[in-house]
Amino acid sequence: MMTAPESMTMLRSPLAAVSTGLDLQGSFTTAMEGFGLTPGTAHLLWLPLPMLLVLVAAVIGVLVNVWLERKISAAVQQRIGPEYAGALGVLQPLADGLKLLWKEDIIPAKADGLLFTLGPILVLIPVILSWLVIPFGQNMLISDVGIGVFLWIALSSIQPIGLLMSGYASNNKYSLLGGLRAAAQSISYEIPLALAVLAVVMMSNSLSTIDIVNQQNTAGILSWNIWRQPVGFLIFWICALAECERLPFDLPEAEEELVAGYQTEYSGMKFALFYLGSYINLVLSALLVAVLYLGGWGFPIPVEWLAGAIGQSVDAPVVQVITGSLGIVMTVLKAYLLVFIAILLRWTLPRVRIDQLLDLGWKFLLPIALVNLLVTAGLKLAFPAFFGG
Amino acid sequence: MTIASTTQGICFLILSAAVVFGSLGVVLLPNIVYSAFLLGGVFLSVAGLYLMLNASFVAAAQVLVYVGAVNVLILFAIMLVNKKEAMADIPGLALRRLLSGGVCLGLFLLLLRVDLTTPWAVPGPSPIGDDATVRIGIHLFTDYLLPFELASVLLLMSMIGAIVLARRDVFSVDIVTGDDADQALIEKSRTPLLIETPPAEPTALETRR
Repeated sequence: MMTAPESMTMLRSPLAAVSTGLDLQGSFTTAMEGFGLTPGTAHLLWLPLPMLLVLVAAVIGVLVNVWLERKISAAVQQRIGPEYAGALGVLQPLADGLKLLWKEDIIPAKADGLLFTLGPILVLIPVILSWLVIPFGQNMLISDVGIGVFLWIALSSIQPIGLLMSGYASNNKYSLLGGLRAAAQSISYEIPLALAVLAVVMMSNSLSTIDIVNQQNTAGILSWNIWRQPVGFLIFWICALAECERLPFDLPEAEEELVAGYQTEYSGMKFALFYLGSYINLVLSALLVAVLYLGGWGFPIPVEWLAGAIGQSVDAPVVQVITGSLGIVMTVLKAYLLVFIAILLRWTLPRVRIDQLLDLGWKFLLPIALVNLLVTAGLKLAFPAFFGG
Repeated sequence: MTIASTTQGICFLILSAAVVFGSLGVVLLPNIVYSAFLLGGVFLSVAGLYLMLNASFVAAAQVLVYVGAVNVLILFAIMLVNKKEAMADIPGLALRRLLSGGVCLGLFLLLLRVDLTTPWAVPGPSPIGDDATVRIGIHLFTDYLLPFELASVLLLMSMIGAIVLARRDVFSVDIVTGDDADQALIEKSRTPLLIETPPAEPTALETRR
């Protein structure tokens, strides 16, 4: 029973992996041991650092996302958008957040107080936990758990419970309908989503996000999964938008029909949790698309070739620092390109009806995803060199 | 006593307490919605126990299947039919509760006896960690192929059954009474928003041309 210290720490040492690239944990631990600390204490000091860093990154990502959403929607509608708070209105999302922090937190008299409070928390926590498996570089992720993307799929299935909970606890028919819609939508689109991921996993022979990215970065942009999985890419993107409840799939909070769906009765910080959750989820989905289909941290031309062209070894410290930074920049750049597309989609497309949404999920995406999986399996057997033997 | 083993002990205690008290709550709480939500909590705690046994794939599968699908569907069903109805008092409720409590206690004692008399091999085989995914796959497609396929046939049967029950146009007569079963969706008749005009005769404007 108690023979598993590794599963508790949830952090597989990158030292164990045979890989090039920065090893921040190793350097940190060595430096701390230099101050006379035991290896255990040094490890304990290291543990919260990447978690805090990723949490801060996620929150800053949301702020950028909110600003982008406001600016791009303004541009789409030929307005100016926020412009007084900071240069170009960059401080506007911060002002929004502070406003929500100061607002009165109302729990309706007939609502179920306990479930009403637990709902938004249950929505937010799985989304933040999923950042565990997002890699920004060879060793730059919180934990290279072996089940990688599967962990994300499993965690994202907890979210509808939180939505149902808040919908039920609000004691409001619009909220309940919104919660039910959210659950139905989430369950329907999880299946094609998982099947699309499965096709990628089949090609890279691993569930780990690190392995999936490494398998794509043999020949730069040409070896990215989007060329080998164009259908899978589209299925995944549509399903990810549906899972994030973004337009054209924002049925659970369709304001013309349901006021605001499950968020109707929420205000103040509890509403902010929903808001934060949905935007973190959008950034997370964009990052995962980048990891699964767009080569993750890979530069369009492999850095090994570039380093070779200027006569430098890949293992040289300066080159490693540059490669690491380039990896982070590439991952974020790809993710925000996808976020930009998602925002453009939101402000240009009309909302689908609930029956159209379910039809699309069950009668179109699911069969296509199954066929895609089958074709991938066939191609893998026929051309093992190109489709990961 | 290292930090890792202490953390493990604390986590094990918390998770076991969550499982025990959560399942007691599932059975004993009068509000069925609370029971359903608590059931989700119990499933999550069991997933946590799997994680402590280094079976991360099983833990994730537990979360995906039990929390994400089974529990959500239970909640869905409860919320779709959540009518506030005063239940008629069942005669002899106290006696029934006593009897079922006795049966449960007997089962518990039986399990406890099995637990205490079995010579457990402590510690068990060392966990294989992330390789477990591969091992599970190999077992599913070799020596456990037949149960695996049987389970999928069972699922297919239940799926077809659900479709037959849910479709409205399958039965034209009621099976029990033999009457015509009109299962069409009852819709409110509504006045069309646009006035539908029949194709009119050539108007004055067109005849003049």
